[in-house]
Amino acid sequence: MSIATNNIAFNVEEIRKDFPILNREVNGYPLVYLDNAATSQTPKQVMDAIVDYYSNYNANIHRGVHSLSQEATDKYEAARIKIQQHFNAEKSHEIIFTAGTTHGINLVANGFASILKKGDEILVSALEHHSNIVPWQMLCEKTGAILKVIPMNEQGELIYESFEELLSEKTKMVFLNHVSNALGTINPIKKIIDKAHEKGAAVLIDGAQAAPHIKADVQALDVDFYVVSAHKMCGPTGVGVLYGKEEWLNKLPPYQGGGEMIATVSFEKTTYAGLPHKFEAGTPNICGGIAFGAALDYMNAIGFEAIARYEDELLDYATLKLQEIEGMKLYGTSREKTAVISFNIEGLHPYDIGTLVDKMGIAVRTGHHCAQPIMDFYKIPGTVRASFSFYNSKEEIDRFIEAVKKAKSMLS
Amino acid sequence: MSKTIQEIQEEIIDEFAMFDDWMQRYEYMIELGKTLPIIDEKYKIDENLIKGCQSKVWVHAELKDEKLAFTADSDAIITKGIVAILIRAFSNHHPSAIIEADTKFIDDIGLKEHLSPTRANGLVSMIKQLKMYAVAYQTQLK
Repeated sequence: MSIATNNIAFNVEEIRKDFPILNREVNGYPLVYLDNAATSQTPKQVMDAIVDYYSNYNANIHRGVHSLSQEATDKYEAARIKIQQHFNAEKSHEIIFTAGTTHGINLVANGFASILKKGDEILVSALEHHSNIVPWQMLCEKTGAILKVIPMNEQGELIYESFEELLSEKTKMVFLNHVSNALGTINPIKKIIDKAHEKGAAVLIDGAQAAPHIKADVQALDVDFYVVSAHKMCGPTGVGVLYGKEEWLNKLPPYQGGGEMIATVSFEKTTYAGLPHKFEAGTPNICGGIAFGAALDYMNAIGFEAIARYEDELLDYATLKLQEIEGMKLYGTSREKTAVISFNIEGLHPYDIGTLVDKMGIAVRTGHHCAQPIMDFYKIPGTVRASFSFYNSKEEIDRFIEAVKKAKSMLS
Repeated sequence: MSKTIQEIQEEIIDEFAMFDDWMQRYEYMIELGKTLPIIDEKYKIDENLIKGCQSKVWVHAELKDEKLAFTADSDAIITKGIVAILIRAFSNHHPSAIIEADTKFIDDIGLKEHLSPTRANGLVSMIKQLKMYAVAYQTQLK
C-alpha cells in the first residue's frame, strides 16, 4: 500500500467517513469520542478484513492440508510479516502474536522467573500502568528479586538522573512504557535502553500507548522486548504482539503449554516448537491477527508522520482552550507528549465532570487510569482524561470544551 | 404517622416528573445532595467506604427506637446526590422495611443508567450496603 498522503493536506472529513461509529448519537447528541487511549475506533477497512475472513477462509491454521487452512495460514503469516516490517524487526519469528499488551508482559515476566535470582534488581518507572507493575511484583515474590521505582517529576517526566543512580550491575531488567497512558508523556526510551545495556540489563518497553502515534523501530532502539495491542491502533481487541530479540526468546521457556507450541509429544518427553510457535500455544486469534495487519495497512496509508503532526495540532488546540477555563489544572505537562490531556477542575471530582459530559455525548475517561501510583504522586483521586486520535476534529474539541464548561457551571 | 418507604419513593418520583430534560434532573439531584445528612467525621474511615465507586462514599448507620438512621458523604457531587436520594427513602425506617424495599424508583426518576452493576458509580453497591446495615441491625433487634 502506498504511503503517499504525507504531502497531501490532512483531510479529517474524508478520514471520518471510514469510521461508521462516529455517526452515532449518544444520549441524544452526536458522539464525540475522546477515549482513544483506552481503545481506538475501527475503520471499515478493518471490519471488511474481519468479514472477509469469516466469509471466505475461516479455518484452523498451520496444520491443515486442505486449501482453506492453507489460505488462512498464508494470510495470518502475511500479517505477521506486515507487523514485522512495521516495527522493523529483523526476523518475522521475533513477532509473537499475543492476546494483547498485558499478555505479552506476563509472558516475559513468567519467562524471567527461571532467569532471575534472589537479590537481582528490576527497575520500573513511576509512570507505569498497573499491568506493567503487577506482573513484576509477582515475579519478585517468586524469585526474591527486588523491584525499584524510577521516580517522576511534577511535569510527569521520569527523572533520568535517578534512573542512572538506581541502575547497577544487580539490575537485570528495566521496564517502562514508551508513552504513559495516564499523562501521555513520551519517555526517552532510547537513552534508557542504551544505558541499561551498558550494565547488561534487558529492557522491555510497553508500547501500547505509543504505537498509535509513533512508529517504533525496534532495531534502531535496540530494545529487547516491545509489546503492543492491536485495539489501540484501529485493530480489534484481544490481539497484540510481543516483539522479542531472537536470542532472548530462545532463552525464555514457553509460557503456556498446548497445541501449536510443540515439536513432538510423548508422555516421557515433549520437545518444543521453534520460534514463534513456542509461545503461541493453542489456536490463535487468527482473524484478529489478520485484522491487525489490515489496521497497520490503514494507518500506514495515512502515514504516521501525518497522524502525529495532526494529533499535535489537536493537542495544542485543546490544551489552549482548556486552559481558558478557570480552575483548570493539567497533569503531565512534559514537552514530549502524545495527544492526551489529563486534567481536573479545582474543587470538582473527575467523576462528576465525566458523568455530565457523557450526558452531552462526550466520551472521556475518568478515574485513576490503572495508574494509581501517578495519582498518589499528585495526591488526587483521579483525573479526567481526554485522548485524541487522528479522526477527531477541531469541532469535536469545541463541543468537548463547551460540555466541560457546562458541567462546571452545573456543579459550581 | 410517618411515611412508608414506598410513599417517599413516590414523592421523589413526582418531584423528578416535573423535569423534562436530563439537565434539570441532574441539577435537582445535585440540589438534593446538599440535603444529605452528613456523616460525622469520625466515621469517615475506610471500613465505612463503599467499594465499587470511582468516587468515595462513606455511609454510617445508627439504630434509634428500632429505626435505622443513615448518614453519609461523598467527595463527588453527583454521587452525593444519588446517595442522598437513597437515604431519604431508606432512613428512619425499621430494618425489616429497608430489607424488603425495592429500588425500582431509581428507574422511574430517569437515573436508570446508574443502576447497572458495571457502572463505576457504585449505586448498586450503595443499595447493597444500606441493606446490609439493615440486616445487621435486624439481627440485633431479634
